[in-house]
Amino acid sequence: MSAPTRTPAGAPSAVGGPGGRIGDDARRPDGVLKVRGEFAYGSDLWMDDMLWGVTLRSPHPYARIRSIDVGPALAVPGVHAVLTSDDVPGEKVYGLELADQPVLAFDVVRYQGEPVALVAADHPDTARRAAARIVVDYDVWEPVTDARVALGHPTWNQVHDSPAEVTELSRESADLHPHGNLVRHLKVRRGAPAPTADVVVVGEYEVGMQDQAFLGPESGLAVPGEDGGVDLYVATQWLHVDQRQICAALALPPERVRLTLAGVGGAFGGREDLSMHVHACLLALHTGKPVKMSYNREESFFGHVHRHPATMRYEHGATRDGDLVYVKAEIYFDGGAYASSTPAVVGNGGTMGIGPYVVPNVHVDCYGAYTNNPPCGAMRGFGSVQTAFAYEAQMDALAAELGMDPVELRCRNAMEQGSTTPTGQVVDSPAPVVELLRRLEAMPMPPAVPTGDDVDLRDMPGGVSNTTHGEGVRRGVGYAVAYKNVAFSEGFDDYSTARVRLEVVGGEAVATVHTAAAEVGQGLVTVEQQIARTELGVEQVVVHPKDTAVGSAGSTSASRQTYVTGGAVKAACEAVRGQVLELAQRGVGRPVADLRLDGGKVVSDVEGIALPLADVLGEEVVEETVEWRHRPTESIDPETGQGFAHVQYAFSAHRAVVDVDVELGLVKVVEMACTQDVGKAINPQAVIGQIQGGTAQGLGLAVMEEILVRDGRVQNPSFTDYLIPTVLDMPPMRVEILEYADPHAPYGLRGVGEAPNISSGPAVLAAIRQATGLPLTRVPVRPEHVTGT
Amino acid sequence: MRLTCTVNGTTRQVDDVWEGESLLYVLRERMGLPGSKNACEQGECGSCTVYLDDVPVCACLVAAGQAEGREIGTVEGLAPPGELHPVQEAFLEAGAVQCGFCTPGLLVATDDLVSRSLAEGRTPTDPEIREALAGNLCRCTGYEKILDAVRLAADRMAGDARQPGGTR
Repeated sequence: MSAPTRTPAGAPSAVGGPGGRIGDDARRPDGVLKVRGEFAYGSDLWMDDMLWGVTLRSPHPYARIRSIDVGPALAVPGVHAVLTSDDVPGEKVYGLELADQPVLAFDVVRYQGEPVALVAADHPDTARRAAARIVVDYDVWEPVTDARVALGHPTWNQVHDSPAEVTELSRESADLHPHGNLVRHLKVRRGAPAPTADVVVVGEYEVGMQDQAFLGPESGLAVPGEDGGVDLYVATQWLHVDQRQICAALALPPERVRLTLAGVGGAFGGREDLSMHVHACLLALHTGKPVKMSYNREESFFGHVHRHPATMRYEHGATRDGDLVYVKAEIYFDGGAYASSTPAVVGNGGTMGIGPYVVPNVHVDCYGAYTNNPPCGAMRGFGSVQTAFAYEAQMDALAAELGMDPVELRCRNAMEQGSTTPTGQVVDSPAPVVELLRRLEAMPMPPAVPTGDDVDLRDMPGGVSNTTHGEGVRRGVGYAVAYKNVAFSEGFDDYSTARVRLEVVGGEAVATVHTAAAEVGQGLVTVEQQIARTELGVEQVVVHPKDTAVGSAGSTSASRQTYVTGGAVKAACEAVRGQVLELAQRGVGRPVADLRLDGGKVVSDVEGIALPLADVLGEEVVEETVEWRHRPTESIDPETGQGFAHVQYAFSAHRAVVDVDVELGLVKVVEMACTQDVGKAINPQAVIGQIQGGTAQGLGLAVMEEILVRDGRVQNPSFTDYLIPTVLDMPPMRVEILEYADPHAPYGLRGVGEAPNISSGPAVLAAIRQATGLPLTRVPVRPEHVTGT
Repeated sequence: MRLTCTVNGTTRQVDDVWEGESLLYVLRERMGLPGSKNACEQGECGSCTVYLDDVPVCACLVAAGQAEGREIGTVEGLAPPGELHPVQEAFLEAGAVQCGFCTPGLLVATDDLVSRSLAEGRTPTDPEIREALAGNLCRCTGYEKILDAVRLAADRMAGDARQPGGTR
């Protein structure tokens, strides 16, 4: 089988320009292709004789499948295959952490949109029309749509001591899975079991379901191989974990399931789970033809997991002086129909659920539950976003109760280097929580609310809808600070693999970096080049296409790739450099002191030596492959939650300034300011881009983004009804970056991407509360929450 | 049906176009021009913004037949082969490209905005930039660097326009 005519092979391997070492604003190697429209995203892949695959999905959130008749679909001219679960040759269920999700539904569907059957045809509309002719006979059940009801404790456990009796689920379908409806219960127990305090603040909070809303839909092209295997070009976040799951479903060994990363149009966690991967491979292997699948926006809303909605109850106790004495928290994550990464989300929610504060007595119960709502899993901020809305609202409520300034209260209780977390982990690198907040306070404020005749409507809540000229508009300012783990936690063997080659091409030394680390837009390919240029002293660095021909790089998740794959690339470069320096000394005929690689030369300042690297290498090709790990973490104690669970923390803080039309409930965010410690900014421009983008997603959740689910059914699966911030919604931003090196990390760097996504939303909420005087315990805030109508 | 139109200055003819196909589908799947992106098919995201007789439109909302005899301009036609348009260059320099899926549509929308402003002898103000790009969603950048890029491109193109022989 010939290679696709439009594939990512060769696309992301463009050679970078001059400069671009660690600390520089290096340009993306894929940038020119992207601005020319020539970058091959998953949805752009194409082969002459390819077919289009589509998915038939369940219209019901919960039902038994009595029968499926594919005959009418097969009869449609142009249709090449119609497949169901019976056609899955290997394991019929898959999953990231727990294999519980059917490749194609059999017996029972557990959420609206669950894949039931596949069609391949010569035109996408033919495939869609054929899929609509498949007859599925369902026995429709009443869905379980509330996480606490699903677990059998519809009231707060910590208040009522024990789960209440549940009668409404005493029927055949009460448990969604054989192991029950509990995915994970994480307990944190630290300090006194029943502490008391002078001042106590209790709050109940709710966060709605957010969507990653990446612009590039789930897409890929599966090409059957001559060896009975398959080549899959796909937009994803972790090629090797996909490969493991695809191999199991297809009953094929890894060498016959080869993955190459297609161009990825954003990810944000939504591509951690499989979507069309196995489906396209099944259709390709069945028809013997290349099969492309590309979801439209509506299908995308059903085709990937979302951020867990959460209900939370917090109780904070403090002294009259404002020292935190205890925090009790009960947190419920609605995992939806399948586990996805819910266990790890619960891990984050529970272990970091009280925020970056020092608290002697902590009692946290964090649950993940199965329901018949859409499956939830990874999204940027991963279990830390939801709790931040709660614990930061609590800090503001406590400050109000104490008559203290909210920033003073935070600083008084802030975590610092040497502090002990609620899980008993000593923070062993800088934790500049106080400085982040103080720097925010010191930033200038935007101009006051515009008034008078010269009001520009575009500056008003409601904008050019002409809803106000300043009447009823109140200004509010809010602060929030957050922290999150970087990289995988709780004892996970978290590593990356890098292969680096150095050779002479056209008279010049050229390095090639080969990793399987998914570039999803964040700029890892740029970082890989910067590291290789820095470590090998060469200008030309080729980034090899990302594929499974090299070992796993781990997931592009958890703000981890610059740390872990960056660490692997650095280590591989060091191994290559060691060999090159040996070659140089062999050439000189003796050991040379202070030898290094710089400016395309092998240099010793001490001995006055500068040998062109191309001469030293000659015909030699120096190649090293290195598997690199961050220091190990530990699983936590199941009863107390104590343990060295996280390898690194990222800290960020936000100040939000908002204008609220309190009569109409319309919010205009006037300005966002962010401070973040990044350890070392490998690419400052890209770091700022991550902070700005993360801030936007947090703002979106605060005031507009929610997948509305009623009785297990999604009400708004489109960009008409699911709103993400536009350029009119995003205010100007101030960003200050701190660089306090983490001595345990490569170059001292800290993962960047997620922290700003966590602290921005709570700051916006705090600002709206200040403007309105309302408690606003539900996110996103809607106009009716402000107006009370 | 048969469709004939001019795309990026070249007359193109395609056969067997199904009446239900959009201009976007024809560009991407029948003409080999995948630069214009499909992200919503509802005219909400602007990723498929192209020129239709010099007016920016969402190609997903234009039925293929409506393009008969018209002139289409896509991201692939912004600059001659091997060169970059000042808007493209500014997006790269400002760091306005992350995943890049929104970029082709934003480039066309920006080119249109800046060209219209320069025709009036000025560069666009920030509120004008925000208004002009409000139909182009970006999920990665938070828009700050996109605004930087538009200002940079506008300043450069204004400078070029003042140069003798400046054409762009």
